[in-house]
Amino acid sequence: MKPMHNFPSTQSALKALTKNNLRSKRKLFHMRNTILMAAFAALILLPTACKKELEQENMQFPALEPLRSDTGAGTWKTILLSRPDQIPVAAPVAVTSPDYRLELQEIVSRQERMEETDEDNLKYWAAGTVLRWNEIMRELVAKYNLPPYQNPDGSYPFPDANNPLAYPYFPFANPPYAARAYAYASAAVYDALVAAAHYRSLYRRPLPSRTNPKIKHLIPVTGDWTYPSDDLTAAGASVAILSLMFPGEQDYLQRRLNACRDAILLSGTCSRSDAAAGEALGRGVAAVFIARARTDRAGASAGTPALWQQLEQKAIQAGETPWKSLETPPRPPMLPAFGKVKGFLLDSLEVVNNRPPAPPSVHSEQFRKELAEVLQYSLNPTRERVAIVHFWADGAGTYTPPGHWNAIACSDFVKERFSEVRWARNLALLNMAMFDAAICCWDAKYAYFNPRPSQVDAAIKTHTGVPNFPAFTSGHSTFSGAAATFLAHVVPSRAGSYKSMASEASVSRLYGAIHYRSDIEVGMNMGNMLGGMAVQRALTDGAE
Amino acid sequence: MKPYFKFVLISASMWISIWNPLHGQTETDGLWMPKRNFCGGLIAGASSWTHYWEGTLHRNNQNIGTLSSSFLMAMGNYGVGENTNIIFSLPYISNKASAGTLAPQQGLQDLNLSVKQYLGGRNWKGSTVGLTAVGGVSTPLSNYVADFLPLAIGVRSRTLSLRLLGDLQRGKFFATASAAYVRRASIEIDRTAYYTTEMVYSNQVIMPDVFTWMVRTGYRKDPDHIVEFFVDRMNTLGGFDMRRNDMPFPSNNMEQTRIGLGAKWALGKQGLSFMGNVSRVVAGRNMGQASAAMAGLVWQFAVPRKTKTYN
Repeated sequence: MKPMHNFPSTQSALKALTKNNLRSKRKLFHMRNTILMAAFAALILLPTACKKELEQENMQFPALEPLRSDTGAGTWKTILLSRPDQIPVAAPVAVTSPDYRLELQEIVSRQERMEETDEDNLKYWAAGTVLRWNEIMRELVAKYNLPPYQNPDGSYPFPDANNPLAYPYFPFANPPYAARAYAYASAAVYDALVAAAHYRSLYRRPLPSRTNPKIKHLIPVTGDWTYPSDDLTAAGASVAILSLMFPGEQDYLQRRLNACRDAILLSGTCSRSDAAAGEALGRGVAAVFIARARTDRAGASAGTPALWQQLEQKAIQAGETPWKSLETPPRPPMLPAFGKVKGFLLDSLEVVNNRPPAPPSVHSEQFRKELAEVLQYSLNPTRERVAIVHFWADGAGTYTPPGHWNAIACSDFVKERFSEVRWARNLALLNMAMFDAAICCWDAKYAYFNPRPSQVDAAIKTHTGVPNFPAFTSGHSTFSGAAATFLAHVVPSRAGSYKSMASEASVSRLYGAIHYRSDIEVGMNMGNMLGGMAVQRALTDGAE
Repeated sequence: MKPYFKFVLISASMWISIWNPLHGQTETDGLWMPKRNFCGGLIAGASSWTHYWEGTLHRNNQNIGTLSSSFLMAMGNYGVGENTNIIFSLPYISNKASAGTLAPQQGLQDLNLSVKQYLGGRNWKGSTVGLTAVGGVSTPLSNYVADFLPLAIGVRSRTLSLRLLGDLQRGKFFATASAAYVRRASIEIDRTAYYTTEMVYSNQVIMPDVFTWMVRTGYRKDPDHIVEFFVDRMNTLGGFDMRRNDMPFPSNNMEQTRIGLGAKWALGKQGLSFMGNVSRVVAGRNMGQASAAMAGLVWQFAVPRKTKTYN
């Protein structure tokens, strides 16, 4: 039998009307009040209980206290500067001059009225200026790494460097663009810090505290000489390159620069004229890199409709299936002429000479086998493999694979306690290797213009987005091989980890069902070769 | 089948499942299971959308086409006391996109458990009014991927919720209004850095809490025979907008207003009830504009008291 409906709102009302039920009514009333109060209390407490806060890895980095000061870095081999004094830095005023004494007095009074926000800012920048500017660059890459939305007619707009804040925002910081930006900024910072080290040894201006003992050192001190400031040299070079690469971010960059300068001036390790000379030197060195960037052919790397057609025809003539965009509406291929961009480690002829042989023909048995393997990974994802795919995806809206390797490198460099100039040198070589990896990889992609697995077999669904460019070779594999090979040289204790990380990043593209095995294997070899070239340079640049 | 199932919160496109989509079965009605009665059943549903809100911009996406979601949910409601019910639900969800290459996702989503406590009521100018509190928890039951919206089947956040509900019956007309605060725990994703409005170096994502309210009204002859109209609204308290042409993220600022029609009808005296509803999202933010329909079948029976057995 179906029981009677129990409908408390009715039932309790009836109860309330029953006189001889007063006692239980009172009891019930009391209980209800207690529950009601508890409910309201919970409603108030629920939003405030356990404040939600994130512990971010990069906010835990300690103040940089280098194991070696590298004060002799003024003789290290530069990348674009012909000599460390190519950008002139005027001699500082004497430490006995009234102007300088006033500068020092400013530090004393700033330190005396330090506020909590100053302390936070100081703690942030104390972890290392080169590190923080690398992080800022990664953030801007992630911010700008979004493909433009199509026009109403189905064509796609191209970002305009002269109008960066109008949609589509300039730049679309895709992996090749990002690799180039990371490389230019890192290389410029390195050359600038070599120049700064040269001038510090030349002018030998002592630490502010030597002249005014009331000045406290709020961060660890490296070296005895301060003019020009290496922190502000790195900042000046970074701001100049980032302003070129992200022209819509001038205000933001200026704010970060001001915060950086505030922190360093407050730290007691640098006077205002040390800072100003450093910033000017950084900008001056950056100008040399900017001049090169303007002529490195990156501006033409998007190609033209004629080029896109030509690539397609070439693949057809070779008897292959040409690459097609899997987006709707079809998006032009990403930076088809990026393989012609001038890199740092290889010249254009060497890029072509090092181009790998063609991938397996779409008509070959080998291709069918590789395609079947991709389908297998598409249909049978495990949670573990999907986690690997997502960990390394670094797709739209992220800092890209080169950014990921910068993050990995920085976490380790913090533990290595490199000097600022060694930080800069290692990041420069790392990013030069990845920039050249992008060039070689893009050269191969557009030399062969081969299809992605999902284009050949629509049953292949992917566990991450399909990048809008040909498959061979895998960018992730090339970047990762280059990064892991170079990092193994500068942090040998982590060599095994880098190798397995690179393998995982590489195979993640097969697990994600967006690359064939040939793409990842050949890409990895190509990357290893480029990482090796960065190592060769490291062995001869005077830093080891 | 005492409880009137309110599948209403099933927002079928599950990017939409901001808080557990199936949260609050019977948590938003003013109906009760009698003591020691159990009611359980299965509800199936489907939803789809082709348009969504990227921030506040209403758009479609030809690389997703139509996002379809279907689910099958086991649910139950037990009367532990005359004024106290315990409710659970457990959905299996399957999502797929009609265009693009992204792989479909499916799996067991989150277990919901709630306690519904009647607080009191009275007759008032010829109507009967009652007040109820519902406390709930939910937790993911499988290791599904949250950071793959809009295909992800849920956002994986463990939740703690508290709902206050008022119910009014006058003749065969009823109206129920409720509001809930949903506390959401941080989630872990598979990557160690992500961009919101700034770079975050962590695999943890702070999830904004959710506030939701609902009003339902219509014909209610008795708890087994209902035809109703409903409107509900939910919004996250914080979160960020998707950028232009970006993908959604679990901690987006999500909002949704939905309207719907529902009915419940008991067949005979066998303890069997049918129920169903249709709904349509009419406004939103960082969510799909889903149309949804679902239907269910539930069975109610009295749980026998323990009796001694003799061998």
